[in-house]
Amino acid sequence: MNWGSWSNFWMMGGYGFYVWGSYAVTFTLIAMEILLLRARRRAALDTLRQHTGAQS
Amino acid sequence: MNQPVLLAGSINVFRYAAPQTFYPLAGKMIPWFGWTAAILCIAGLYVGFFMAPTDHQQGESYRIIFIHVAAAWMSMFIYMVMAFWAGVGLVFNTRLSHMMVSALVPTGALFTFIALWTGSLWGKPTWGTWWAWDARMTSELILLFLYFGFMALQAGIDDPRRADRAGAVLALVGVVNIPIIYFSVKWWNTLHQGASVSLTRAPTMATTMLTGMLLMALAAWMYTIAASLHRVRSIILEREHGADWIRNHLEIQQ
Repeated sequence: MNWGSWSNFWMMGGYGFYVWGSYAVTFTLIAMEILLLRARRRAALDTLRQHTGAQS
Repeated sequence: MNQPVLLAGSINVFRYAAPQTFYPLAGKMIPWFGWTAAILCIAGLYVGFFMAPTDHQQGESYRIIFIHVAAAWMSMFIYMVMAFWAGVGLVFNTRLSHMMVSALVPTGALFTFIALWTGSLWGKPTWGTWWAWDARMTSELILLFLYFGFMALQAGIDDPRRADRAGAVLALVGVVNIPIIYFSVKWWNTLHQGASVSLTRAPTMATTMLTGMLLMALAAWMYTIAASLHRVRSIILEREHGADWIRNHLEIQQ
């Protein structure tokens, strides 16, 4: 641990904006992709159920 | 005499090329790759933030490297895998290869965007500019447009078979851009620094920095595999909706 305190950690030696700006956007986008993946699967399954429901 | 053995081997491989056998197999693999990605990511972040030392030139700003390099490598690698499956799809006319191409594209675009975004946030404190039209950055931006172009092209063609072929041709033509990105820092005098990691040179950075970077790169790999397998399953459901096995699958789901 080379930070001493949490506030030093969040400061990132004055580069907090750049470092956390990178990490925050990256993980937000990945979380969004995961949500979109789940939504796509749910939508595909729903359409299929309607299809098979209408046929039988 | 070897013939039957060889034949049996190839039949096995092609068996998994059929969507109905691949679909459940992919479903079983997703949690493994997903959780491995999460664990590697936590380990990489721990090494990157709590073990790797401060850089004597760049201070703490260099810690962007742990996502920047992983995302940039992934953005190029996904494109190569995509071009490979596009080639397989064009030659052997296999449905699953084309589906795999479409499944990889959004994740490839995501990592390309992340590479550009983090590069910009890193460039500002180190070079004093958010963006420069140098060879590395411009070719990476072209890569993003290739991914977007692929999605726009496929969305614009109604017939899925024609969309597959058109997309595959675009993917194969665009693959020229990958060596340009990779070697741009050698071929041209760029603002972007040269390769951080080389197999032929001794590492120029602290071992902990390198370890953190490689852990994050592996995490990006595992995530990409999990995400593209998940997406290809949705694509299979969307496209093969007439098939009997899908109806059976739905009964299991309910």
